[in-house]
Amino acid sequence: MGATTTLDRVVIRFAGDSGDGMQLVGDRFTELSAAFGNDLATLPNYPAEIRAPAGTLNGVSSFQVHISDHDIVTPGDGPNVLVAMNPAALMANVADLNPGSTIIVNSDAFSERDLEKAHCTTNPLEDGSLDAFTVYQVPMTSITVEATKPLGVKTRDAERSKNFFALGLICWMYTRPVAPVLEWVEKRFANKELVREANLAALKAGRNFGETAELFSPYEVKPASLPSGTYRNVIGNTATALGLVAAAHKAGLPLLYASYPITPASDILHELSKLKHFNVTTMQAEDEIAAAAIAIGGAFAGSLAITGTSGPGLDLKSEAIGLALSLELPLVIVDVQRGGPSTGLPTKTEQADLLLAMYGRHGESPLPIVAARSPSNCFDAAFEACRIALKYRTPVILLTDGYLANGAEPWLLPDPEALADIAVPFATELNHTRPDGSQEYWPYLRDPETLARPWAVPGTPGLQHRIGGIEKQDGSGNISYQPANHEKMVRLRQEKVDRIANDTERVWTDCEGSSTTLVLGWGSTWAAITAGVRRIRIRGLEVHQAHLTHLNPFPADLGELLKQYEHVLIPEMNLGQLSKLIRAEYLVDAISFTQVNGLPFKAADMEQRIMEVLNS
Amino acid sequence: MSTAATPVELTRKDFESDQEVRWCPGCGDYGILASIQFLLPELGVEPHNTVFISGIGCAARLPYYMNTYGMHGIHGRAPALATGVAMARPDLSVWVIGGDGDMLSIGGNHLIHALRRNVNLNILMFNNQIYGLTKGQYSPTSEVGKVTKSTPFGSVDHPFNPISVAIGAEASFVARTHDMDRKHMMETFRRAHAHQGSSFVEVFQNCNVFNDGAYDPILKRDVRADMLIPLTHGEPIRFGADGQHGVAINEFGEPYVCETTEVGVANLLIHDEHRPDPTLAFALSRLASSPHMPTPIGVFRDVERPAYDAEVRAQVSHSIERSGAGDLNSLIHSGLVWTVD
Repeated sequence: MGATTTLDRVVIRFAGDSGDGMQLVGDRFTELSAAFGNDLATLPNYPAEIRAPAGTLNGVSSFQVHISDHDIVTPGDGPNVLVAMNPAALMANVADLNPGSTIIVNSDAFSERDLEKAHCTTNPLEDGSLDAFTVYQVPMTSITVEATKPLGVKTRDAERSKNFFALGLICWMYTRPVAPVLEWVEKRFANKELVREANLAALKAGRNFGETAELFSPYEVKPASLPSGTYRNVIGNTATALGLVAAAHKAGLPLLYASYPITPASDILHELSKLKHFNVTTMQAEDEIAAAAIAIGGAFAGSLAITGTSGPGLDLKSEAIGLALSLELPLVIVDVQRGGPSTGLPTKTEQADLLLAMYGRHGESPLPIVAARSPSNCFDAAFEACRIALKYRTPVILLTDGYLANGAEPWLLPDPEALADIAVPFATELNHTRPDGSQEYWPYLRDPETLARPWAVPGTPGLQHRIGGIEKQDGSGNISYQPANHEKMVRLRQEKVDRIANDTERVWTDCEGSSTTLVLGWGSTWAAITAGVRRIRIRGLEVHQAHLTHLNPFPADLGELLKQYEHVLIPEMNLGQLSKLIRAEYLVDAISFTQVNGLPFKAADMEQRIMEVLNS
Repeated sequence: MSTAATPVELTRKDFESDQEVRWCPGCGDYGILASIQFLLPELGVEPHNTVFISGIGCAARLPYYMNTYGMHGIHGRAPALATGVAMARPDLSVWVIGGDGDMLSIGGNHLIHALRRNVNLNILMFNNQIYGLTKGQYSPTSEVGKVTKSTPFGSVDHPFNPISVAIGAEASFVARTHDMDRKHMMETFRRAHAHQGSSFVEVFQNCNVFNDGAYDPILKRDVRADMLIPLTHGEPIRFGADGQHGVAINEFGEPYVCETTEVGVANLLIHDEHRPDPTLAFALSRLASSPHMPTPIGVFRDVERPAYDAEVRAQVSHSIERSGAGDLNSLIHSGLVWTVD
């Protein structure tokens, strides 16, 4: 065994068949590294099909994890180490590797048939095409079978444990203790003795192989010096769910989450379904429309009501969201954006629902939009969306995306005590005096500051009232078709949303030194933009960064900020949707930088584009 | 959650809102509204604990005329909107009002799922076999051949039988009444209210503007006795002024209309609302395929099944009992946690 080499960071990608358990071992390695104290970011990447034909390029599933001894934000551009369980996994991923990178292949999976399925005419392990890389051929399947034989495991079943062999090997390579994984396996497979024992044996075999084969020297990535505090590893969908629970708690309301299964949003439903003891009610509705309508019913009845979905579901919910907007009831719609249009790329990421969120309803139908920028930030964004919905009695769209939903990072845990109290009182009193001096309840008598209408929930004596999607008289809420009243109501609904800008934080900025150029982003591009900006600064150049959490209304100080720059570069995973809004709102000649390949931007591409702008 | 106010005798007035009723003069909806407003004071539920939810259509305007909590929603979605209300609140009496287009066409999906879940809702579907609010297109309950603005050569759509749909959707309470008989409506709505879970009531309703007289062949005073088959639990199914007609079971187990004298009273089918198996109730709903044949009226089916919303709430309260009320701090700190100094 050679001496341990210390690295400041490493990017590892586990790649195999959809059925090979690559997401599982990626998750385990991430947890281990998180607990070890590394900073990290992950990028799961898998096909929409649950099991595409084994061994084919369509069936390749991968999990990339970037670990470091310092603060990082992206899952890394290309991997330093690729673990490829078969030729398809190798061929689908090799283009992302820089020369000099390491490839560890399962050499048992390179039979002629395997090669054929991956459309390889020659064997890449022999044809010289991998000469630029350091390739280790490890017979993972046969060692795993050998190691599990004494347990009486059938060969076919034994082969399925080879992902744990790979994990054991990588743990050894990067000097991670395997004990926590052993514990996890014990628990997870507590009721499946053979599977449990086979996985444990494979894991140990992988580690022992690293130790004894003398193929490689181990590396070490030391813990990162992150800001002090308590951390856990979290993926975006979990953080979103927890943010919603925290909001309900701080609002003193029961949480109702109604949703229809859809990738990549379903995990929010799964997560919340486990939390009934937090007074959380979850509802798997018959369709997306029903999920939105059920949430509206819940809001009318006094719950903090949420409906979650992804793009196609947001299309379907449009009419119901318009109703919530007209009823002026609090509602949060979570849209975990994925590649579109139509079914598009269900498991891939994109930011192309911004204009849908903004304008995707008939009539003048403005609503606030909040976007999360990192997996852990989903917690804060979800909380903020709920705060606005409750305070202003309006539907709010919360935008996350597939990358945030499944991507992991260490989360500096908030102190629940320090979270804002977002409780709003229900109306309990009559609020309007008739000409004859008697009192009545007006459901649309607005708060003069927020323009929010009172929220009187059914069951409150004396406050019976009717609301509906038909235009109503401002104040009394009675049906009104009067031209002047409609004009007033349309403008009031817009004004209510506009005024939220007085009540939100300033634009998030990182403006070291002075620069002519601002990179403005929203949502999950925060990671790549931040990494790109850091690279520019390492070059000794200056560039400023700003990032939006509030997409509607924009923060009050955004216009002033934009004016200070000669160049405003807006990177987005769409064809320039924020860029259009910024141009329209502020007459700024923004430069749009777009990518829509279903994957996050790479830091190197970001760096290059910023350099071009700086040099222009 | 009814309040401590001194119980006062409620009257119809207590359930009337201050809004002018705007249906066409002569519309059957007036009679249905009146029946509801007459009935509610008798049910012992106060106006503030009552909620009326509707979709879109003529019938769907009804909540505006009730001095209760109300929501006039979007087309077809009333059962879903109401499901949210019922899930959130066990203390409310929730009513869903809609027409045949609203509930069986655009909202068919929500209706069948509310029924199969057995959400605690009283669903009243006013069936006038036409789209009224959009001025006279054929509906999913219109007869084949219906000539309307959208079907000048006659509709070729096969209609739904709403009672069959409801029974097929696993509804636990299914009944039919009509807008010409206040007493029967009130009694049917009372039963619907008493039932735990989803109650589905089809109300034959006349649209005197776009489909006038659609039910005349069975509802005109002089034909009713011979054309309506009253269903009474535990009684032989008979009709006609002298009970001369009846319903018996043929050799295939199917109900058919017969002459009482021919089969004998003892051989008439005894109506059983509580039969766990819905097959016979379904078969009764098939006795008439249009309002030109003797048509059963009353409660087809009334069986007990746990209400969805109650079960959902029970899971929440059991979780709280079992695990204690959730602690936010420990939730946030769950899983593998580490500290950086």
